[in-house]
Amino acid sequence: MPSEEELYQEHILDHYEDPFHRGHLTSATHAHEDKNPLCGDVVRIELELNDDGKIKNVYFDGQGCVISQASASMLIEEMYGKTVDELKSFSAEDMLALYGPRLTPNRQKCCLLSWKVLQSAVHSPVNETED
Amino acid sequence: MTDLATRSIDRTALLPVALRNDFPILSEEVGDHQPLAFLDNAASTQRPRQVIDALSGVYERTYANVHRGIHTLSELSTEQYETARHRVQRLINARQLHEVIFTSGTTASINTVARSWGDANLRAGDEVLLSVMEHHSNLVPWQQTAERTGAVLRHIPLTDDGRLDMEAFERLLTDRTKLVAVTAVSNTLGTINPVAEIIAKAHAAGALVLIDAAQSVPHLAVDVQALDVDFLAFSGHKMLGPSGVGVLYGKEALLDAMPPFLGGGSMINEVKLSSFTPAALPAKFEAGTPPIVPAIGMSAAIDYLQSVGLDAIHRHESELTRYAYDALSQIEGLRILGPAPEHRAGLVSFAFDRIHAHEFAQVLNDQFGVAVRAGHHCTQPLHAHLGIAASTRASFYLYNTLEEVDRLIEGVLAVQRMFAPQGRQRKRRKPDE
Repeated sequence: MPSEEELYQEHILDHYEDPFHRGHLTSATHAHEDKNPLCGDVVRIELELNDDGKIKNVYFDGQGCVISQASASMLIEEMYGKTVDELKSFSAEDMLALYGPRLTPNRQKCCLLSWKVLQSAVHSPVNETED
Repeated sequence: MTDLATRSIDRTALLPVALRNDFPILSEEVGDHQPLAFLDNAASTQRPRQVIDALSGVYERTYANVHRGIHTLSELSTEQYETARHRVQRLINARQLHEVIFTSGTTASINTVARSWGDANLRAGDEVLLSVMEHHSNLVPWQQTAERTGAVLRHIPLTDDGRLDMEAFERLLTDRTKLVAVTAVSNTLGTINPVAEIIAKAHAAGALVLIDAAQSVPHLAVDVQALDVDFLAFSGHKMLGPSGVGVLYGKEALLDAMPPFLGGGSMINEVKLSSFTPAALPAKFEAGTPPIVPAIGMSAAIDYLQSVGLDAIHRHESELTRYAYDALSQIEGLRILGPAPEHRAGLVSFAFDRIHAHEFAQVLNDQFGVAVRAGHHCTQPLHAHLGIAASTRASFYLYNTLEEVDRLIEGVLAVQRMFAPQGRQRKRRKPDE
């Protein structure tokens, strides 16, 4: 059982209070939003993909617990500037490792919400999914 | 005792703490080696030694399938299973023994009515009256029935303090209303609904009433004949019994007229290759091997609850709830969901605008050993109505203590301090735009 010191490490609380690219991207080419049905946490990710398969820009927004929101910030920061292929090969295990502290299965769902949303977002062009 | 508890405590309303010794699990440690304070009783309860012994006693000495063989064990199991039905009959004061149907739980009980009674009786344009505070298990089955039958669902709105708007209820009740299906106690707001008044008014309008009693039968004395309720549903695991068993009570004439829901063994009188005739009540609604051991365990749980006394249990929970409510209501930024203590059963849900329910549940568990529920508690429409995504719920039962409520309050204050904005800055790895 992880203790609070491990679970809510300083860099995690930093991401929670001072997130990377929280907001919206008017130039988004791809976007997806999902929620964790267990607790109602919501994450939306908006991406601008280049023709050469690079993530030119990426933003997230959402509502939820420290783990779901801080992990989203950490993921977005990690993926910014990477290629779509690199994004697709970034596994759930990689996401849990990026987050750091060992999580119980229910809290893993919080941590993996943004990862799932991002994996779907690259397959969701804005003009097809929106409006 | 916490400084926030200003109201004097009526200690005569509390049950003896020694009663906790009957519950082995309460001496477990959780989180960072904290003694367990189990405040998640609205989700499921713990079992006393008497129930655990009853369960292992069946497996060790008397278990076989019921209503099948003529061998000794089948006779013994059948007798114990049918004794459990008697216990339930006495608990809710059903007129007939066969008005008590064992199901797998409240959800299965409500689905049985929605499928069997609903499909046979609802026509396009008929109305089923629910409420905004219902658990998903008393919403989704009716949405499915409405899809099949064309019936229309209406919802009783809530007052600002989280009670049913009874004036709106009367306006919504028309000659189109065929059924009113509402909860006796909200699992999220704690609101005790005026079910006797609802039943009387619904009957006067020619509608039947189903009461979701999952949160009331374990905590309050319920008399189905005095209420004149048509259908009542509840679960064993929320009243010190095992999971996997629940009850559907229905009036004999209604159950008799309803087609069977699940088909299979036990529920038949005679089967031919292309047809069957259904069994009489209660077997008609107990297809397949029933929850034999859970029902026997539930029977032991009823014996235990009645030995303590449901009125005494209710007084105990009311005192803990008032104490928790008074203390929580003085915490700045905390929003208590639902009505004042005099209108509520033994639970308090709350939300903070800044701090998510998960943080409360996590830190309360790890640092204070307090088990609470965080999330939407299977009431998403209610949370949407309240304008929040999630809440934290502390729910009490006969074994909880004032000291546990104190730990809850201490923990809530600690979480508030822990997650207060501190002007933190993320270490810059990449240029922000």
